[in-house]
Amino acid sequence: MALLEVEGLKVYFHTRNGVVKAVDDVSFSVDCGETLAIVGESGSGKSVTCYSLLDLLPKPPARIEGGTALFDGEDLLTCDSTRMRHFRGNDIAVIFQDPMTSLNPFISIGEQLIEPLIYHPDPARKQSRETARKRAIELLDEVGIIDPKSRVDCYPHEFSGGMRQRVMIAMALINEPRLLICDEPTTALDVTIQAQILTLIKKLQETRDVAVIFISHDLGVVAGIADKVLVMCEGTIREAGDTDTIFYHSQNDYTQKLLAAIPEGAKQLPNRAQPDNVLVEVTNLKTHFTDYNKPSNQDNVIRAVDGVSLSIQRGEILGLVGESGSGKSTLGRSILQLAPTTAGQVTFDGTSLTGLNAKQLVPWRRKMQMIFQDPYASLNPRMTVYQTLAEPLLYHGLANRKTIDQQVRQLMDDVGLVHSQLRKYPHEFSGGQRQRIAIGRAIATKPELIIADEPVSALDVTIQAQVLDLILDLVERHNLTMLFISHDLSVVRYISDRVMVMNRGVIIEQGDTEALWADPQQAYTKQLLKAIPLADPRMERVRLADAQADV
Amino acid sequence: MTAIEEQGTSLWRDAWIKLCKNYLALLGLAIILLLCLVSLLTPWIAPYGYEEQNLLLGATPPSAAHWLGTDIFGRDMLTRIMYGGRVSLTVGFIATAVALVIGVLWGAIAGFVGGRVDAVMMRIVDIMYALPFMIFIVLLMVVFGRNILLLFLAIGAVEWLTMARIVRGQVMNLRKQEFVEAAYSLGLSQWTIIRRHIIPNTLGPVIVYTTLTIPSVMLLEAFLSFLGLGIQPPQSSWGLLINYGVETMEEYPWLLIFPGVTLSLTLFALNFLGDGLRDALDPRTSKDQ
Repeated sequence: MALLEVEGLKVYFHTRNGVVKAVDDVSFSVDCGETLAIVGESGSGKSVTCYSLLDLLPKPPARIEGGTALFDGEDLLTCDSTRMRHFRGNDIAVIFQDPMTSLNPFISIGEQLIEPLIYHPDPARKQSRETARKRAIELLDEVGIIDPKSRVDCYPHEFSGGMRQRVMIAMALINEPRLLICDEPTTALDVTIQAQILTLIKKLQETRDVAVIFISHDLGVVAGIADKVLVMCEGTIREAGDTDTIFYHSQNDYTQKLLAAIPEGAKQLPNRAQPDNVLVEVTNLKTHFTDYNKPSNQDNVIRAVDGVSLSIQRGEILGLVGESGSGKSTLGRSILQLAPTTAGQVTFDGTSLTGLNAKQLVPWRRKMQMIFQDPYASLNPRMTVYQTLAEPLLYHGLANRKTIDQQVRQLMDDVGLVHSQLRKYPHEFSGGQRQRIAIGRAIATKPELIIADEPVSALDVTIQAQVLDLILDLVERHNLTMLFISHDLSVVRYISDRVMVMNRGVIIEQGDTEALWADPQQAYTKQLLKAIPLADPRMERVRLADAQADV
Repeated sequence: MTAIEEQGTSLWRDAWIKLCKNYLALLGLAIILLLCLVSLLTPWIAPYGYEEQNLLLGATPPSAAHWLGTDIFGRDMLTRIMYGGRVSLTVGFIATAVALVIGVLWGAIAGFVGGRVDAVMMRIVDIMYALPFMIFIVLLMVVFGRNILLLFLAIGAVEWLTMARIVRGQVMNLRKQEFVEAAYSLGLSQWTIIRRHIIPNTLGPVIVYTTLTIPSVMLLEAFLSFLGLGIQPPQSSWGLLINYGVETMEEYPWLLIFPGVTLSLTLFALNFLGDGLRDALDPRTSKDQ
């Protein structure tokens, strides 16, 4: 008998608008030393499935309508709250998606780590502060925190995102759980960090013989670490099987759709760049900020962009790759004059933008637009789609009261939204649709340059593919020039004609996409390229083993 | 610009549709409108004159002739409350409106512009906070003479401080949101961004605070009047009636109960309406609530 056996699980949400079958008749099992990947888009019920096992769902509206979940022979769904606390504390641990919000900023990480040990309800397992602290240091060492003895007293803000996720993993492991639930543990992380965390989870599982449930929206990520894969859609299981079967012999349409959505390979469309027609010229651009956390007699300057020169040709899609903190977003904002530049020149279509004041910039703003990363934050929640799209047109006098309706409808068509949604507010749309609205707003003024800052990072893989195709289509139809910023190298390769790699405020390498992929010169670029997870289980296992050997 | 304004009404139009489905809020609105209407028509519909004394009658409990009883001078309580409402409601609404306009604008500008402007503007707020309220009012009275309009202004000039702080905090949060940056990159002017993107998103807390301010302003007026700085007897207001009622509550409880009930009723109605408005103005709350 397996460690966890879920049989016919049904979780319904009873909302004002009727019953939503979030999880409908789902069965699976996972054993010690085994990794089960649950893959599906947002809203497929993959997280709800796992949260219902630990009674972490808000009830109401959620209600478990049926099924059993036997953990070591005991039903998790019917046990009382004391018993559930026992399971949560001792046997089942969860790693959440966002390491930035899942640690308490006011308590040192050492203190957070030992909490479950020193307050353990079972006196036999309760430990003194000293032994617990020792245990915490051992665990931090195990998850790869350098110098754990001094780091244990640091606070969460002193750790980077990847390090925080390691701390979260250590926290999950502190009570020696037998089942580890990882809810998209790498989605919020950079590609190199993601590779490290995947390697770490794989290693821990092998050394500790725990069962792992790994939830992800991206089949590519789980290829190397999963033994079994469960594909979910709309609350039901579409396909289940061992990893190789799912990846190589899938019969299911939905699984194939997920596999096809993973961006892979080179750009399919021809390069539209006009070689001698430079639209944007950036020379030795510097954007520095003052770090007020440091005393002013020390070096308290953050050099976000530190001497970047580049040129974008008309019609070109230029990819800008880098990890978080590399300054790539600041570079994008500096080019658009949204961030104050310290030194250097930005020339747009022959005119220098760096010397202009806010008023003089207005006519230029029309010609250069931005698409933001987070479609949940980049739309005003109190404006309807119509208002959002009409605002730039009316403000710049590109439409009058007679033509505005027609023009907004045209924009809706351009980005693939139906007219009946015009009067709706942003919260009524999914992430992908919201990003379409944001794109519509960006192209409303018929700009020449668009800077897209991680436009698909917050989206599911399938939606990501659709939005990428939309962007490519719009570039073609509206004759756009684009700077495409992303940390996801596969996406950049799929969309860009030329790529620049940025690290610590400077461009360290650039070249035509395929040339750079084939023959990277810098060690950093090689490392980035090596960290891309492959959507092929056999190759990915080899890559992970290599990475593990490197550590 | 005019066309933007027209489209800009849809948040309010949607809010109105939603408000109409919230019966509790509608009840609140109805009560407030009724109170306003009664106050407006008081000179014509009041059963007695507000200074009409009947010393022989003295304080009597509610009866057929005097529905809510009479006070120690034999004045009809219903009439007194109706006239009192004129003062209290006017003070409540005008002083709050003054506080609302100054506070929201001040807070929004300080929070949005930030930096040195913010520092200076907020220090001014701090100084105003530190200024003893009574001295401020007395000074105003001395300089400009006693005047009911001045009373509204004085109270409003004190109440906006908290409002400015609340709005500033909200705005500083909003300023970093991507949709504000998007508005920048569209080339919108700062004023347009504040008006169209910032202020509508601060409405939730502002409305709740406003509904809390109105009753507190009414009580503040009573306090000032009690000290002789506000309105003068024989004029009355709800706050004053309550103050006098407290003194005699053991012998003549109705002198406290009826003005008290009226003020509480107003407060309830305002809170229901405020909560309803807050929900109605937030598109994220369901339309079929």
